[in-house]
Amino acid sequence: MSTITPELGSVALSALMAVAAGLIGSFAVMRRMVLAADPISHIALPGIGIALMLRISPLWGALALLLLGAVLIWAVERRARIATEVVIGVTFAVALAVGSIITSGDELIDALLGTPGTLTLREAVLGVVGSLVVIAFVLRQRNALVVRLISPEIAMTSAVDVARLDLYFLLAFALTIGIGLRFLGVLLMGSLIIIPAAIARRFARSLAAMLVLSATTAVVSTAAGTYVASVAGRPSGPFIVMTAGGLFFLSLLHRREA
Amino acid sequence: MKEPRNALEVEDLAVRLGRADVVRDVSFNLPKASCLAIIGPNGAGKTVLLRTLIGALPHAGRITWAADTVLGYVPQKLDIERDLPLNGRDFLRAKAALAGSSGATQSEALRAVGLPEEVLATSIGNMSGGQFQRLLIAFALLGRPNVLLLDEPAAGIDAPGQAHLNEVIHGLQDSSAMTVLLVSHDLSVVYQYADYVLCLGRHGTCFGPPRAALTPETLYEVYGQPVGFHVHHHS
Repeated sequence: MSTITPELGSVALSALMAVAAGLIGSFAVMRRMVLAADPISHIALPGIGIALMLRISPLWGALALLLLGAVLIWAVERRARIATEVVIGVTFAVALAVGSIITSGDELIDALLGTPGTLTLREAVLGVVGSLVVIAFVLRQRNALVVRLISPEIAMTSAVDVARLDLYFLLAFALTIGIGLRFLGVLLMGSLIIIPAAIARRFARSLAAMLVLSATTAVVSTAAGTYVASVAGRPSGPFIVMTAGGLFFLSLLHRREA
Repeated sequence: MKEPRNALEVEDLAVRLGRADVVRDVSFNLPKASCLAIIGPNGAGKTVLLRTLIGALPHAGRITWAADTVLGYVPQKLDIERDLPLNGRDFLRAKAALAGSSGATQSEALRAVGLPEEVLATSIGNMSGGQFQRLLIAFALLGRPNVLLLDEPAAGIDAPGQAHLNEVIHGLQDSSAMTVLLVSHDLSVVYQYADYVLCLGRHGTCFGPPRAALTPETLYEVYGQPVGFHVHHHS
């Protein structure tokens, strides 16, 4: 399988992925989806297990199940009219259980914590295209997302198709997790979406500031974490999340007015 | 073709949420540029009715808006976190972009509700209840609506603020021939401003001009107890 220049390609891709995570995370945090990010990422695990059994790239299996999971959450939430977090919590705890049974050994550790080593060309292309799709979605739909955030009814009277926007948001969220799995793994990718946005929210006073701060914090955490991991020769996920977590605790020193 | 006179026609409207019939047998026609006040005790379905009229809830019966209708909706006190990193400008810019309106229209909307431009840079967490409510009305005005639906717009605002808000709403109605649907608990406001009143009660509904529809008997039927009120007379 063809590979790209490991260092540069990997750094550029992880930065792009981090921007996508920071942007989608901004709206996830504002929409109170903080607790949903981790469970959603768990659904990738059975996908990885199935892909390994079928001897195809784990990424495809993960992505297929994540997108399917997003559609499932959306459909159940609309039909049953129960809180998204309840649906997500129950469904994806089961997914984690199933995934850990059909994935084993080193593959399980890689899937959970992120895979060290070089990227295949296919993974790189998917990462770039996926990140750009998520970034474009958030930037283009930010006005509709803001109005939806304030009130779904106001959004409806502002010519926003709320159901479709919600579906696209969940798909973009799932896609972000999918492209970040390689770096952070199933257990930790949700954190890269949530922690930078949670930090940004402590400082930002406007939407633009929120988006810029969140994306920047995600990139800094990813770059620093990946560097330390490469020096230590360990999976990158834990180091990225430890960096982001460290920044979060530092941000607590800043007291918000009002 | 003849221009329809009514902004809204509702026939045998019924809304069921879960196992509860929240709205039943509601029928009325509302002429263009008039003001309808919707009254009734808590839990009578006023908010559900407004949400159904804007298409947010499934229903039985018929709802027909005039073909040229552009809706502006101001919901009841919003359950949003006040520490969201959004300021007045983010709010208005988002709506203006969706409605395709210009920066000048944003200033116009702010002036119409009596808010200073400084509010654009104020984060929503630092706005008073009255300011935020007026911002929501400015927000609704940005799409250049010809129908404004307001769900208890004065809730949680002090008395002078309420009086100002009522003047704003009815000033808008007069200046731009807007049709207004307003949920209100304040019967004196209903008498003062509304052309029509729709009461949603425990034992049925009533509709008509306030002075004809709101007799002490119908009020007793709607609220299930005697209701005292003071009628403002204005020319």
